[in-house]
Amino acid sequence: MTTRTELAPFRAALPARLIRPITGARWKAFPWWIAALGLVAAGTAYLVLSNPAYYEAFQFIRAGLGVTLTIALSAYAVALVLGLLAGLGRISENPLARNAATFYVEVIRGVPMLVLIFFIALVALPALIDGLHSLGLWLTAQGLSGPGQMLGRLDSRSVSMNVRAVAALSITYGAFLAEIFRGGIQSVDRGQMEAARSQGMTRAQAMRYIILPQAFRVMLPALGNDFISMLKDSSLVSVLAVRDITQVAKLYAGHSFRYTEAYTILAVLYLSMTMLLSALVRLLERKAGSHASR
Amino acid sequence: MPAADAMIEVRDLVKEFNGLRALDGVSLTVPRGKVVVIIGPSGSGKSTLLRCMNLLERPDEGEIRVDGERLTGDERDLNRIRADIGMVFQHFNLYPHLTVLENLTLAQQVVRGRGRQEAESIAMAQLERVGIAEKAGSHPRQLSGGQQQRVAIARTLAMNPKIMLFDEPTSALDPEMIKEVLEVMLQLARDGITMVVVTHEMGFAQAAADEVVFMDAGRIVEQGTPEGVFKNPASDRTWSFLSQILYHPTAAAVTG
Ligand SMILES: Nc1ncnc2c1ncn2[C@@H]1O[C@H](COP(=O)(O)OP(=O)(O)OP(=O)(O)O)[C@@H](O)[C@H]1O
Ligand SMILES: [Mg+2]
Repeated sequence: MTTRTELAPFRAALPARLIRPITGARWKAFPWWIAALGLVAAGTAYLVLSNPAYYEAFQFIRAGLGVTLTIALSAYAVALVLGLLAGLGRISENPLARNAATFYVEVIRGVPMLVLIFFIALVALPALIDGLHSLGLWLTAQGLSGPGQMLGRLDSRSVSMNVRAVAALSITYGAFLAEIFRGGIQSVDRGQMEAARSQGMTRAQAMRYIILPQAFRVMLPALGNDFISMLKDSSLVSVLAVRDITQVAKLYAGHSFRYTEAYTILAVLYLSMTMLLSALVRLLERKAGSHASR
Repeated sequence: MPAADAMIEVRDLVKEFNGLRALDGVSLTVPRGKVVVIIGPSGSGKSTLLRCMNLLERPDEGEIRVDGERLTGDERDLNRIRADIGMVFQHFNLYPHLTVLENLTLAQQVVRGRGRQEAESIAMAQLERVGIAEKAGSHPRQLSGGQQQRVAIARTLAMNPKIMLFDEPTSALDPEMIKEVLEVMLQLARDGITMVVVTHEMGFAQAAADEVVFMDAGRIVEQGTPEGVFKNPASDRTWSFLSQILYHPTAAAVTG
């Protein structure tokens, strides 16, 4: 039996409104949805622990978690770089950079994500790699055998589906993150860039030391939310036969005919990950808010 | 030919914003070690002139020389020259994510290439100079407006500027904080720093200016010693501007 004192640290960690007695009109303000989510998670956990069919499905599907998380994390890391570059391009004074970045963002926004995943993984990426391969052969023929042979060794067929999935997701999300970066950078007071430039900093130095650190704090919640979206959208790469949790659940359901077990566990797995992450984002948001400038 | 003792020489400057002439042929020489105060009504082009002096604003016509060197707009030259021109802004423009000390050391390190220790000791000396060394570890938002502006002044001083530009440095301050900033500026003037100051503080102009320049509608209407411009303005426009501003309650702040 747990005592009150044992519970105290947990109570302290809960928002006050969750533990205050619910009286009068307060039941209207109570976040019932959190309680319902807790109930869903607890119910599923109970099923997994008590029901062998759920347990087996869980053990099977869990094996895809590593792939899902690896793909989401690496795609997000690449997307951050692409997003930063494209975001800077969007506000660049150079018309070429500005138009290239806008083209990229608009194209990505205008095509459904599932179609983008097919297109990037099965058309654009292989074409790019074949192009580099041909360039390598050409360079070798020109006598530049060093870089030539390196590129010549590239072969689009040997690129794994996991890598293609990461490429597809990161190129897609790079365009979304570009808009977040652009907004974040533009939210920083113009006087900051002027102060930095008046001190003799280059545009790049001003960006790096003055603008981006301030923009980043503004962007944190949006960046976090987009990571959550990407984690969910990573389920789409199952169409590339990547063995993420969605693909594994589909396989399991297909050969065991236990659709209920497979898809319940799949849904609750995504839900648990996104709930955990959004709690984290909210925490970051509060921290960034308390550090807000001026 | 550039005058030998000119720190800044501006010749026939023209700057338009979508057809509006903010500067309409301005020529001005700022002698080494002198203080030039620019006054004039709102929209007369004071800020634009100041911001052309370090090419924050690019003029459409005319030429600017800083310490004899012509500003061409070439980025490499520009960054080097800007490092020698300190600018103090109306809204301070301190870096809010950095401490006061870091506000002073950053450009010293990345622009001047100074080591951290050297940058910090220079920074502390300048904070001392503006009387705010005890706030070195604070963040700008923890300081009052007057303190922030003094930090901003120290930030430019830490770069060892040849010249300092001030654009209405006290206009965003509560009246009780204006004096502490003007006193620091007065001390800089006594130290022989070349300064160009846009301000409505006639008391400061009276006490510190070697030359007062009155601007209206993108042109320099009148210039001369403070006594000459304030007591015997040659133009009606100067006279009517001064009669409006001299009854302003903060005019006596620095001398009072
Ligand atoms: N970036 C800009 N874009 C468009 N117009 C501008 C810009 N900067 C200044 N102007 C215009 O140029 C004219 C001169 O402006 P400036 O800021 O130099 O005046 P000022 O003398 O500093 O006035 P104030 O006392 O209000 O600061 C004004 O009419 C202003 O509206
Ligand atoms: Mg102005």
